Amino acid sequence: MNPISFLTQMIRIAIPYLFAASGGVVAERSGIVSLTLEGFMLSGAFAAVLGTNYSGSPWVGVLSGMIGGLIFAMIHAVATIRYRADQVVVGVAINLLAIGVTRFFLKLFFASSSNSPRVAGFGGNPNAAGFDNPLLWIGIFVAPLMAFVIYKTPFGLRVRAAGEHPEAAESVGVSVKRVRYVAVAISGILAALGGVYLALDQHQFTDQMTAGRGFIAISAVIFGRWDPIRAALACLLFAAAEPLQIQLQGSHAIPSQFVEMIPYALTIIALAGVVGRAVPPAALGKAEG
Amino acid sequence: MSTATQPIGAKPTLAGTPWRERAEEALIPPVVALLVALICGDLLILSYGQSPAAVYRLLLEGTWGNAYGFGQVLYKATTLAFTGLAVSFGLRAGLFNIGGESQLAAGGFAAALTGLVLPMGTPLILALPLCMISAGIAGGAVGFVPAYLKTRFGAHEVIVTIMLNFIVLALLNWIIAGHLHVPETLHTPEIHAGVLPRLADIDPRFHGSAANLALIVAVFVAVAVWFYLFRARGGYELRAVGLQPDAAEYGGISVGRVWLRALTFSGVIAGMGGINYVLGYKHYYEDGFASGAGFLGIAVALVGRNHPFGVLVAAFFFATLSQGGLAIHAFVPKQMMDVLQGVVILAVAMAVPEVRRILLSSRRMKDA
Repeated sequence: MNPISFLTQMIRIAIPYLFAASGGVVAERSGIVSLTLEGFMLSGAFAAVLGTNYSGSPWVGVLSGMIGGLIFAMIHAVATIRYRADQVVVGVAINLLAIGVTRFFLKLFFASSSNSPRVAGFGGNPNAAGFDNPLLWIGIFVAPLMAFVIYKTPFGLRVRAAGEHPEAAESVGVSVKRVRYVAVAISGILAALGGVYLALDQHQFTDQMTAGRGFIAISAVIFGRWDPIRAALACLLFAAAEPLQIQLQGSHAIPSQFVEMIPYALTIIALAGVVGRAVPPAALGKAEG
Repeated sequence: MSTATQPIGAKPTLAGTPWRERAEEALIPPVVALLVALICGDLLILSYGQSPAAVYRLLLEGTWGNAYGFGQVLYKATTLAFTGLAVSFGLRAGLFNIGGESQLAAGGFAAALTGLVLPMGTPLILALPLCMISAGIAGGAVGFVPAYLKTRFGAHEVIVTIMLNFIVLALLNWIIAGHLHVPETLHTPEIHAGVLPRLADIDPRFHGSAANLALIVAVFVAVAVWFYLFRARGGYELRAVGLQPDAAEYGGISVGRVWLRALTFSGVIAGMGGINYVLGYKHYYEDGFASGAGFLGIAVALVGRNHPFGVLVAAFFFATLSQGGLAIHAFVPKQMMDVLQGVVILAVAMAVPEVRRILLSSRRMKDA
């Protein structure tokens, strides 16, 4: 495989991770655990197919996908911020709920328990190798954009304060709750876009099509130590494993299952601090009084 | 009343609150969740143009209304009881074990291997303990990793258990797909020893349902967990650490040791759950058999309010939902139950802190 096609493949695989991880960084930096990324992605993917199917326009699909993610993000936010429910439990619930809701609606709207009909998508020029898809370009720039938001804007400062020291933030007049609501909303919309990209790229929705990508995104967030750029690099690293494995398959050097393990194993190693500890935001997972 | 002597907002103590207040706090959230789920269920059924009353009647008839359906509920409840007990055991020590999925799979795999290695005709009285021990060791080994990383490096157990799920399941998939499967399938050959009798062998009315002796084992494990948590010294330490790790450490309890024990044994319990499918139902290990049961264990522990007997009830409830989906499938897609599961978890998770707050403030009003 030549290096150019390797790179393009890697980027295309990385796009859903990049969207979801960028969203995850924002939510986690504000102090809200992002185990929900998988659910946001799945709901975004389904809503995008629904919107595209009934309008014929993938842009309507993008919009409805973002709304789909936002709805689930708001459930997450209300449960954890307003009701101070356990963030891990709510995360599990949101993921199960997203699987359930998309399955139910798949049956209701498309009378199928496995997949939707084929819908329109972006691009499709075989020579462009997927790079004629505007979502792909948005995906490439989403991490730098989030880095700018987090480090260079007043809102970003509030997000970091809410995640590190909520009491101090409150004492200078920042509404930690409002900041967290917005941060979770952003994470829902961005992760949903990851799902939208996936669904429109494959021109259909299939049951549980995100297949753990939301968890790879969480891995990238942790492995990237809660920094948008480093998380994006982690996404690229994890995405490189797949074309590499296809490359290696001919020689039977490494079984595919071991390649699948790489992101998760690296994350555990990062958490255990073998090479530079990954330290989460101080107030992560703690309900704000 | 007790709140007069307690600081505001204090967590319940080990033995402090009167049982009536504890019962209110424990039972109201699941009841609220059930009502919310019923309403959501109504809406989903109506969206399909069906009558909620008729569908709910069908659900009850298909689950508790006949021996086969009831047997299936009991079978599904058995696995959920194991994973639910596992999660609640960890939570009593303040630790979240999300690794039930892979611990259950590892346990099932070990049980199948043991059943394969044992010679044909090994009596059950010998084979069952051996299979259970190996299942427990396999699950416990998976549980030990996050426990060790937590106590040694402070790595958060939630993330480690999630990541480990993927790693262990991929590893098992590699072993099965690459080495141990019967051609054209993703399961091992049938075990030689350790096959558990089914309920249908005792009462023929259960014919066709998969409910088996593992159900009794699950009840025994629940009683053992109850005894350990509430009657043994180790369980007292475990609960003390769960309520206030700093205070427990100050009181002379080694928090790290308790964490290590809690997560490892949480894995052991989840691993032993593998016997229900492997020894009781299919008699082989199949890739993906544990899918979903680990995560539902979290729901079961939550709804069961982390009490071993509450967990049994909650396992029965979630098994009813799952079997009920099949009963109503002709009228409303069974996927409705996936939605309701999520709704129940979400509603309980939201109701628990809210109910505690409301009860606390109303008691304070009464005291004043």
